[in-house]
Amino acid sequence: MKTTLSWLREYVELPAGLTAEQLDAALVDLGMEVESIVDQAATVKGGLVVGRVLEIEELTGFKKPIRFNLVDVGNAAPQEIICGARNYAVGDLVVVILPGGELPGGFAVGARKTYGRMSAGMICSARELGLGDDHSGIIVLPAGAAEPGADARGVVGLDNVLVEVEITPDRGYEMSLRGMARELSYHFGTAYTDPADRPAPGATAEPPYPVRVDDPVGCDRFAARVVRGIDPHAASPEWMQRRLIAAGVRAISLPVDITNYLMLELGQPMHVFDLNRLRGGLVVRRATPGEKLTTLDGVARVLDAEDMVICDDSGPISLAAVMGGETSEWQPDTVDVLLEAAHWDPVMVGRTARRHRLFSEAAKRWERGVDPQLPLVALQRAVELLTEYAGGTVDERVLDIDHVVPPAPVELDPTLPARRIGVSYSADQVVDLLGRVGCTVTGTDPLVVTPPSWRPDLLAPADLVEEVARLGGYQEIPSLLPPAPGGGGLTAVQRRRRTVGRAIAEAGYVEVLSYPFVAPEVHDAFGLAPDDPRRSAVRLTNPLSEEEPQLRTSLLPPLLATLKRNLGRGLRELALYEAGQVFRPRLVETAPGPMAVDRRPTDAEWAAANRIVPDQPWHLAAVLAGDVEPAGWWGSGRAATWADAVEAARIALSAAGVPADRVSVRAAEYAPWHPGRCAAVLVDDVVLGHAGELHPAVVSALELPKRTCAMELNLDAVPPAPVVQAAALSTYPPALIDVALVLDATVPAADVQAALVAGAGELLESVYLFDVYASDQLGAGLRSLAYKLTFRAPDRTLTVEEAVAARDAAVASAAARTGAVLRGA
Amino acid sequence: MSYRNDPYDPKQAALLAPEALDDAVAEAGKAFAAAADLDALGALKSVHLGDRSPVSLARREIGSLPPAAKSDAGKRVNVARQSIQGAFDARLAELQLERAARVLVEERVDVTLPWDRRPRGARHPLTTLMEHMADLFVGMGYEIVEGPELELEWVNFDALNIGPDNAVRGSMDSFYVDVPGLVMRTHTSPGQVRTMLTRQPPIFVVSPGRAYRSDELDATHSPVFHQIEGLVVDEGITMAHLRGTLDHFARAMFGPDAKTRWRPHYFPFTEPSAEFDVWFEQHRDGPRWVEWGGCGMVNPRVLTACGIDPERYSGFAFGMGVERTLMFRNGVSDMHDMVEGDVRFTRTFGMEV
Repeated sequence: MKTTLSWLREYVELPAGLTAEQLDAALVDLGMEVESIVDQAATVKGGLVVGRVLEIEELTGFKKPIRFNLVDVGNAAPQEIICGARNYAVGDLVVVILPGGELPGGFAVGARKTYGRMSAGMICSARELGLGDDHSGIIVLPAGAAEPGADARGVVGLDNVLVEVEITPDRGYEMSLRGMARELSYHFGTAYTDPADRPAPGATAEPPYPVRVDDPVGCDRFAARVVRGIDPHAASPEWMQRRLIAAGVRAISLPVDITNYLMLELGQPMHVFDLNRLRGGLVVRRATPGEKLTTLDGVARVLDAEDMVICDDSGPISLAAVMGGETSEWQPDTVDVLLEAAHWDPVMVGRTARRHRLFSEAAKRWERGVDPQLPLVALQRAVELLTEYAGGTVDERVLDIDHVVPPAPVELDPTLPARRIGVSYSADQVVDLLGRVGCTVTGTDPLVVTPPSWRPDLLAPADLVEEVARLGGYQEIPSLLPPAPGGGGLTAVQRRRRTVGRAIAEAGYVEVLSYPFVAPEVHDAFGLAPDDPRRSAVRLTNPLSEEEPQLRTSLLPPLLATLKRNLGRGLRELALYEAGQVFRPRLVETAPGPMAVDRRPTDAEWAAANRIVPDQPWHLAAVLAGDVEPAGWWGSGRAATWADAVEAARIALSAAGVPADRVSVRAAEYAPWHPGRCAAVLVDDVVLGHAGELHPAVVSALELPKRTCAMELNLDAVPPAPVVQAAALSTYPPALIDVALVLDATVPAADVQAALVAGAGELLESVYLFDVYASDQLGAGLRSLAYKLTFRAPDRTLTVEEAVAARDAAVASAAARTGAVLRGA
Repeated sequence: MSYRNDPYDPKQAALLAPEALDDAVAEAGKAFAAAADLDALGALKSVHLGDRSPVSLARREIGSLPPAAKSDAGKRVNVARQSIQGAFDARLAELQLERAARVLVEERVDVTLPWDRRPRGARHPLTTLMEHMADLFVGMGYEIVEGPELELEWVNFDALNIGPDNAVRGSMDSFYVDVPGLVMRTHTSPGQVRTMLTRQPPIFVVSPGRAYRSDELDATHSPVFHQIEGLVVDEGITMAHLRGTLDHFARAMFGPDAKTRWRPHYFPFTEPSAEFDVWFEQHRDGPRWVEWGGCGMVNPRVLTACGIDPERYSGFAFGMGVERTLMFRNGVSDMHDMVEGDVRFTRTFGMEV
């Protein structure tokens, strides 16, 4: 909503020296978000005066004609000014900015030598002053507009303060001067003149034109007046045009301008029909599906059964409340007009506007709510303005089909505002504040509050509480902390998610937060089998990008895209991680029935509804490319490998509190990983994720660096961490024994270690693989695994014999389970 | 046996002569002092304190003395020997100190050389900021609740009094999917609904997380963003409690001098409603009030839809933008930096924000 301060002052008394800051504070306090307040007078700085052109000397020899002028600006000596415009003559009054001044946009004006002459100041065009787009010449003022030397701001209309506010969707009444002024009167406690508070003739027995309303739900009021014989060439008065332009509305013609002006002033959208272009009586009804109408913007629209239309014998002539049609519209030769002011169902208008993507100024007001008591006043104002400026004869007959239901009273406990806001409003204050809003208040406990016709948003006690708080001043509400009950702290899952994130970051990975949108083609690039469940994704019906309409079923596709973005920026050594939700659709469920909002859903309804919500577990993923340990003055670096990715999974599980002996890793073949370099990561023998090097084909398809590695775990599937029980620490010395085992190279090290542990018995404290070795000497297909075994007893120093016996048992177990042979034995 | 009659042979006992002993002490002292290092000193030890050293030889001569003279001579030899030993020990200590000092000098390194052989990672500042916020509220007795990002429309809209005709339900504002009845949650308020459906007051919860709106990405908007939603429902909760909580929150985020204001606004799920602004001194277009988030008293209709008696209980709710907080607090001027995943951005923040 855009308007000017002077226009507002017509309806509300405002302090004489009101500053932009004070006005801003007032509007903000009232809940109108200020987009801008522009004091036009301040947009031009320094002297801006009226000048009279005394002499013009044409300068030649330049690329364009230039004039050297002597201009009387009220001083003893005339001002010398160079000017490139030619639309003025000696004796004309012009607008001069004096040296030292500044035009909008920070253009400083001085006295300088140009085109071989001195030029002190500048003669201004409308555009240079920020008054409009006209730059075809300088402004020539009407003769006698002012004396030379007088301040020119008032003369050219640069004396206004432009106000632009954003109105919240519940307060349609504020989308008018009437409403804004009313609000400001609350804030300043000053007198308010309601422009709608004027007499207007009511319905006559005979209507000026036959109208039938078939759907009083969609249109609960339809009023119309007729004026005949207006001057089709009559222009809108300049004051009206200025106000329309300030409000951002284009001036079109007197009848249309009047309806726009009244929409701004009162908030009542109206429509002008050319009486002679109507074919028979009007019918207001719902459209029949498929009916067509070409609206004023030239678009042929196919109508919906919910749209309301105004029809004549030829069919629909107006998309009611939203936009008129081409056939019945005012034309430059229109002499007889039918003015319509109606009241439409806000829900219907909102749906129609969205359906046809027609967010007209009228539709915006209808959707927010328009005072249903305005039509007759608006018509009377329109008729008066039209005949004042265009002559014509008013038909004395008035049409008013009125099905408006009066606002329902709301019962309000007078203590409720104090109890909800925390300010001790007395009952008298509550009554007073609601009265100022326009409510009629009767009764004492409860108060019976009848909202005014322009406040369809006041429906419940909470709405009234808000008005009390708002007019009482939000800034008056004290600042208090509520007493909270003892909380339970973070849940185990929340603490675990944090700890895992920190551990992975400490291990060198940088967190990113990717958009979860993926292209379906990525599943092919990943080499997923046709029946891989990760292909089954939820699809957005209105995606940001048509290329990426699916929600991720794995964190890897967006994470790898982020990796590539970093590579594109010249970063080479990258270790990234992300923790977030993936989306797994449930395929079997059908949509639940609608749930009410006037009560809690039953447990059965709630459970049924949640069955369609996809499972959205938190995953953790990491990707690596380049060196994980950089080269430096200490020597060469180390490229990231499958092993780093597997270790990332172990770090995460360890941080999640899973004891190491419950974590296992085994070779797996799982897309998008390299079939020989992929590990399944298990807890308690349940696969929770995979890690390793990506498949070369995937790397190639996604144009990733060679040997890019990745890890992904389902964090939510990690079992809860047990409460760790402390073990007794033995203070006796350990016995350390190394064993080297030779065995088939295909036997996983994890199996060998498990066998050693199983065989070593209770004395084994730890087992540590310190060497992996293969050579021709050893034999083809064999390798040597060297372990350091640490034995310790809780209650004594072990003898050599005891330690060796335990070692032998461990080796025997490894031999039995894996075919290992003790090296050197 | 009479020692008195023993002839005294001064020649035999020449080494025991006081002068000779003094000479031995002086010689040794001079030699030790001249020893340049521990090896040289070690070589001198046998010369001056060994079996063939003057003092050792002098000691042997004591046997040849008359008994009356033995004690005296013995004392003199001991004194001389201790003196030489003392000189040796002193020089030894001196040279050891010198050597230790020299070793320290020789072992000097350039401590300014880098050693970032395992570069540290970093956590995304939005993550750490949300944790920081959560910690603040946990400290105040709140609990943290979460919910699905792909949410029931009923939870995201209907239960929050956002009726079927509200414009925000259009595809211009919200992401829909191929499963009817679901929407990408447009705010973290569904956390409120899910909490109220599963427990009765007192409820003190915050819900940090991701939300989605179908805006184009630009410097100040992202279609995927983060919010922290707060909800308090109990007997006697007032708008003053809301203000106190947000003032406290703002000071914790922006410092003890944070300036805040609120102004009436409209949200379907709260009544009265407000927008809460903070004064942003470093705004690129000059200091100004900037909207931090929305808040208000929970609309009784929302309580009713969630099975909480609106006559008995009242509550407040708020939803603050996490990206906005990071922008105001940490001077991030472009939303792109928060969403593109450039490691340089995240590394700036390290492990905390």
